[in-house]
Amino acid sequence: MAAEQPKRPAIRWHIAVFLAPAVLVYTAVMILPLFNTLKLSLYTDVANSQVFIGLDNFRLLFGDPRWAGQFWNALGNNVWFFVIHMLVQNPIGILLAALLSNPRLRMRAFYRTAIFIPTILSFVIAGFAWKLILSPLWGVAPNLLDLVGLKSLFQPWLGKEAYALTTLALISVWQFVGIPMMLIYAALLSIPDELLEAAECDGVTGMAQFWKIKLPLVLPAIGIISILTFVGNFNAFDLIYSTQGALAGPDFSTDILGTFLYRTFFGFQLQLGDPNLGAAIATAMFAIILIGVSIYLFGIQRRLRRYQF
Amino acid sequence: MTKRLRLALLAATVLAPASTALAQDTTLTIESWRNDDLTIWQEKLIPAFEAAHPGIKVKFTPSAPTEYNAVLNSKLEAGTAGDLITCRPFDASLSLYEKGYLAPVQDLEGMKNFGDVAKSGWSTDDGSATFCVPMASVIHGFIYNADAFAELGVEPPATVDAFFALLDKIKEDGTYVPMAMGTNDQWEAATMGYQNIGPTYWKGEEGRLALIKGEQKLTDEPWVEPFRQLARWKDYLGDGYEAQTYPDSQNLFTLGRAAIYPAGSWEISVFNEQADFKMGAFPPPVAAAGDECYISDHVDIAMGMNAKGKNQEAAKTFLNWVGSAEFASLYANALPGFFSLSDHDVKMEDPLAQEFVSWRGKCKSTIRSTYQILSRGTPNLENETWNASANVVKGTETPEAAAARLQEGLAGWYEPQK
Repeated sequence: MAAEQPKRPAIRWHIAVFLAPAVLVYTAVMILPLFNTLKLSLYTDVANSQVFIGLDNFRLLFGDPRWAGQFWNALGNNVWFFVIHMLVQNPIGILLAALLSNPRLRMRAFYRTAIFIPTILSFVIAGFAWKLILSPLWGVAPNLLDLVGLKSLFQPWLGKEAYALTTLALISVWQFVGIPMMLIYAALLSIPDELLEAAECDGVTGMAQFWKIKLPLVLPAIGIISILTFVGNFNAFDLIYSTQGALAGPDFSTDILGTFLYRTFFGFQLQLGDPNLGAAIATAMFAIILIGVSIYLFGIQRRLRRYQF
Repeated sequence: MTKRLRLALLAATVLAPASTALAQDTTLTIESWRNDDLTIWQEKLIPAFEAAHPGIKVKFTPSAPTEYNAVLNSKLEAGTAGDLITCRPFDASLSLYEKGYLAPVQDLEGMKNFGDVAKSGWSTDDGSATFCVPMASVIHGFIYNADAFAELGVEPPATVDAFFALLDKIKEDGTYVPMAMGTNDQWEAATMGYQNIGPTYWKGEEGRLALIKGEQKLTDEPWVEPFRQLARWKDYLGDGYEAQTYPDSQNLFTLGRAAIYPAGSWEISVFNEQADFKMGAFPPPVAAAGDECYISDHVDIAMGMNAKGKNQEAAKTFLNWVGSAEFASLYANALPGFFSLSDHDVKMEDPLAQEFVSWRGKCKSTIRSTYQILSRGTPNLENETWNASANVVKGTETPEAAAARLQEGLAGWYEPQK
């Protein structure tokens, strides 16, 4: 009747060992810089030494009408940039994926590659190529419009407050439409044929099949794409900087959080950089993205229904 | 025998690096934003210096103009910056000096050859210390296509009325775009526009200093009138000028499609290479014939010494050479349009550069109004002026509203303007 000794669970070292590389690397290149940025935003430069000032940088950023005006302008532009991506890039991506997954389509590999190629181009190349295409002086856009008799529709789009941001958002859509297309395409391919055959037996074919069977099955993929688009857009910078410069003209109409951060942090022309206030903007961007991602994770992703095949 | 040979070889291998190290030259590295000038430094300026100063080698390592300030700052902080540093005028360099990155140079032999105006861009506010040796200034004006002018039978204008009459005539003829300027990059409108024609209205140094002292406001007539003039330019710019960039404007002119180019003299060397027509230049027109004319003769570029550089003595030798008559003449002729700031009598061969520099004799010189002191705070007056000028040219903001906005921004942080 030896009483069962409660066995002390052995310390499972292997867990720590296996986690260590990832944790160390991630801490060194992501977490430490992140906290350093947060810390930097609480200091200011007085006579070349860093002085702790609490939340004063944020008070300046949100309280001073000029800084606040610029911040809200950049945020508003950023939201519009995101809206265009959600309304144009993702539906087109889904449409292209649906077309590509049609078994009767020929030259599928060619289309897939051609549509995906802009994604691997540098922002700078895409930016300059489009700037040249749309140039009122040497661009092909005015000539092409002239060929179809629509020359009157041509505008110097990148130079007008009303159109510049939308134009840039569409350029970005052109460049990145390949990513949603690929992800959805992969999701569509993973739908088992039995399911589709069963649907056909039940008389669900064509468009109805897409809406009722395929789309619900790729919804999780669409969710992932939306969140990738959100993070990507709110971190965007390169395209605007390479086409419009750090002043994000005309008249700050294309200024997004990334360019606003760059101008403040590094300075521009005669404006000297202010790393502390820049860090405050970076912190605000981090908060915005964090909130967005949290809303998605807790509010949407958990409610998505997943199907096991 | 073989053994001795081997020993000899071994000795040679071991000793050879030591002996070369003894005779090694000091190498100076120059940080600069003028990547356009790379070949001129490598082919003309550096060989001239090295020939006269054996034992010192010089390397010119420029970065892109828009990135220079950020790159230089991080290099200086990391301690990897070159021995010689090309200085932007005013506050960008002043802050480097205050942080101890730039060494004072006022006691150098070569500094004797520069006047106070030349040194103003690279001295402390009280003028007690100077931290860069001035290299060159740039002058604003208008470059025109002389062949086109001859073809249309028109003359360069002296007064504002003649200027607009001329533009009207070119526009009516229709062969040429009257004026090559775009608003996409914003600084064109401010630098080639506002700062080009402005000094005529605010009377150069008189207005500029009054603004710094707080005796004049940006909403005063002399500061608003240049905006009104700028607003009139819109009708004479090319189609789609809103999206026209700085390189677009340059190409439009050098391809012979535009008649007049509101310019800075730094364009001369580029235009000489690219344009195959005759060019002329005229200073900003005055309000009425016989009025005093004013030009923007802006201190633009200088060279200083890394206070933590390893080759201080060699760097001083180089800076003294930068202050010499030999450098002044070499630089001004290698880069026509960059005019020497020294007191040396510099002979220039380029006719267009001669035309620009001749205005120093008949007009009063000033520097750009926004550069000294006034762009120290936030909002930054220079950057705001870019934005305001572009808006005024496009007609999206009235001259009065733009001026009021600039004044409000300046008064927000600049004590004498409150």
